[in-house]
Amino acid sequence: MEPSINNEKIDSIIEKYKGEKGLLISLLQDIQTEVNYLPREILIKVSKEMDIPLSQVFSVATFFKAFSLKPRGRHLINICLGTACHVRGAIGILGKIERELNIKVGDTTKDFRFTLETVRCVGCCSLSPVVVIDENTHGRVKQEKVFTVLENYR
Amino acid sequence: MKIKTPEDLYMIKNEGLKALYPGKTKITVGTSTCGLATGAGKVLESLVDEVQKNDMDILIEKVGCLGFCQKEPIVTVLEPGKPKIIYEQITPEKVVELIAVLKRGEIKKDWVLCKMEEEECLVEGVTKKFCNEEGLKGVEDICLYQEVDFYRKQLKIALNNCGFIDPERIEEYIARGGYFPLYKVLHEMSPQEVIEEVKQSGLRGRGGAGFPTGVKWESCRNAKGDIKYVICNADEGDPGAYMDRSILEGDPYSVLEGMVIGAYAIGAHEGYIYLRNEYPLAIRTIKKSIEKAEGCGLLGKNILNSNFDFTVKINRGGGAFVCGESSALMASLEGKVGEPRAKYIRSVEKGLWDRPSNINNVETWANVPVIIARGAEWFAKIGTKSSRGTKVFSVVGKVNNTGLVEVPMGISLKEIIYDICGGVQGNKKFKAVQTGGPSGGCIPESLIHLPVDYEELTRVGSMMGSGGMIVMDEDTCMVDIANYFLTFLEEESCGKCVPCREGIKRARQVLQGITEGRGEEGDIELLQDLGAILKDGSLCGLGTSAANPVLSTLRYFREEYETHIRNKKCPAGVCRELFQYFIDPERCEGCHRCVEVCPQQAVSGEKRQPHSMDQSKCIKCGACVEVCKFGAIVKQ
Repeated sequence: MEPSINNEKIDSIIEKYKGEKGLLISLLQDIQTEVNYLPREILIKVSKEMDIPLSQVFSVATFFKAFSLKPRGRHLINICLGTACHVRGAIGILGKIERELNIKVGDTTKDFRFTLETVRCVGCCSLSPVVVIDENTHGRVKQEKVFTVLENYR
Repeated sequence: MKIKTPEDLYMIKNEGLKALYPGKTKITVGTSTCGLATGAGKVLESLVDEVQKNDMDILIEKVGCLGFCQKEPIVTVLEPGKPKIIYEQITPEKVVELIAVLKRGEIKKDWVLCKMEEEECLVEGVTKKFCNEEGLKGVEDICLYQEVDFYRKQLKIALNNCGFIDPERIEEYIARGGYFPLYKVLHEMSPQEVIEEVKQSGLRGRGGAGFPTGVKWESCRNAKGDIKYVICNADEGDPGAYMDRSILEGDPYSVLEGMVIGAYAIGAHEGYIYLRNEYPLAIRTIKKSIEKAEGCGLLGKNILNSNFDFTVKINRGGGAFVCGESSALMASLEGKVGEPRAKYIRSVEKGLWDRPSNINNVETWANVPVIIARGAEWFAKIGTKSSRGTKVFSVVGKVNNTGLVEVPMGISLKEIIYDICGGVQGNKKFKAVQTGGPSGGCIPESLIHLPVDYEELTRVGSMMGSGGMIVMDEDTCMVDIANYFLTFLEEESCGKCVPCREGIKRARQVLQGITEGRGEEGDIELLQDLGAILKDGSLCGLGTSAANPVLSTLRYFREEYETHIRNKKCPAGVCRELFQYFIDPERCEGCHRCVEVCPQQAVSGEKRQPHSMDQSKCIKCGACVEVCKFGAIVKQ
């Protein structure tokens, strides 16, 4: 199921940032945390309420990797592709998870359980390869253990 | 309570000392992101449970990272009159026994990393002894902290509090000398004197190019304009570097104090911390610290009763590497896309909202209070002639002891990688160390004795960058690494200027071709040409340095490129199109492990008989190599 939108919550988020045009990125981040992605109608609303051209709102929403214009799953898997993870086999882990969930990077499983993305370094290089699911960092991940890790997220 | 006088500071300091050395048993758990990733959260929970179950009067506290990430989760036990015992790799299961042992008044020596008989307080320049004659008995055979190979050659300035204090307790920061430097600055020094002190110290930016910090501050102070900004660059984007995260999570007040000192010197009253969204714990920690500092009168109006005002706001980044570049970062702070601009006019004159803006990174700010406390002369004695002080390196990759290492500038690569970090993993051969992130380069074994400072690293075709050091062994392919970085940079190029947008893309296509067996004669020369254009024609540092990973690997590993191009072979066995997996029948015990994990059913064979690999089915995912205990799967 796609996540539903709580309009009141959105209004209160926008209210918090009114008059602070510089904080557009933080505003969009708060909305994304709430809704899980940035729906078109909310971007239009932000543009009107904040008095920022829609083109600028849209360019920011598409420029930064943290934002998604498509609905995301309940759990966000981020495979770290930083240098340390790369040399310790991150590509193998990525392939394993793609096969396990039968999706490619950027996609969401049909049941909206997982969205699979990559990230360039989460600063946990000492424990590479690293996979971040929601806010939990899993270190020293092995292909063999991927399934067990994913099972913790329903 | 608002802190106004030195007496107030001393009062809070005493509170902090009581929290640090409470006169009863105290246990700390390193709960930075690296600790949490290895289960420190659960260790903490079990500790609380066990202590309660056993009805023991023990204080349990969260601290930052001690730097030795390989040994996380790290737990320390401090009993009154005894040395502090540092335990390594503690799991929730081990906690039960640990508490039982502690109850009997013993030490679980098998799990001990080291002991500390005293603690140095760097800011004050004093050493606190915390054990008596009696306490020293029975622990003679435990290695001292300063004698552990990993710590022996380290000198911690930026990391001096990390792992020693609860990052959320301002009183513990003050107990270790914090905010006394700020008091001195605000009440006893003029802005010019502060700038002079920082200039004399020789401190240079720890985030990349190494610009002298004091000179930058002076330019910003002298720039025209009533409103000026002070910015902390916490958009630590270099893959492989995470010292800024560790400082923000383990010692946030050092950064805030550094920023107030800088703001006073420059004449700024507003500051920003631009922090990566990928660091949620750092964001939470610094947010709480700002609130607490405001409550104590150490941020906001009339700081320490000096009539000086300074406020700090946090901005979260959006996951764009280019935003680590100062002009792109400032554009992003204005709520725009993070595109850099040409720097005909420097940001110290026209930066954020076209006003004079001074930007330094986290590690640089964290050095400032110590410089003020110990003096420029003391700081300048550390390091080399052109690079003073220490630098934090994150030594990661194929190395035995991964972690954060803070050493005086000028120490050799060999000392860092071998003496401190224990050499290459699994008895493999050292091949190269990559420094400086995507703008840096790979340094080969022949240069392992190179002293590490800004100039030396640049001279050999790499750079300091923010301090990531990724160790590579014989199983790392240098063409693949160059391809990796160019793929990274292609994704992260903002697309504003043509040389960067198109040049990186073209270079990546050539490299990808080489790694996939489509390399041709002339490719190497083409890469060199593209590198020269990128360097001359790009707008910002991302583009001008983008060719470094290619040029440095070409400089030291040209043969490897040639083998890929001419023989269509990858000697390291990384480029999937250029090698095949075989099962060595001599070594294969027929355990069937590989058969079970192979997603393609490419491996077959009877149990206890040597297996065989069907090359037409194999996708080279490496799952079989990971599980094989006999090293029977070989690349050719």
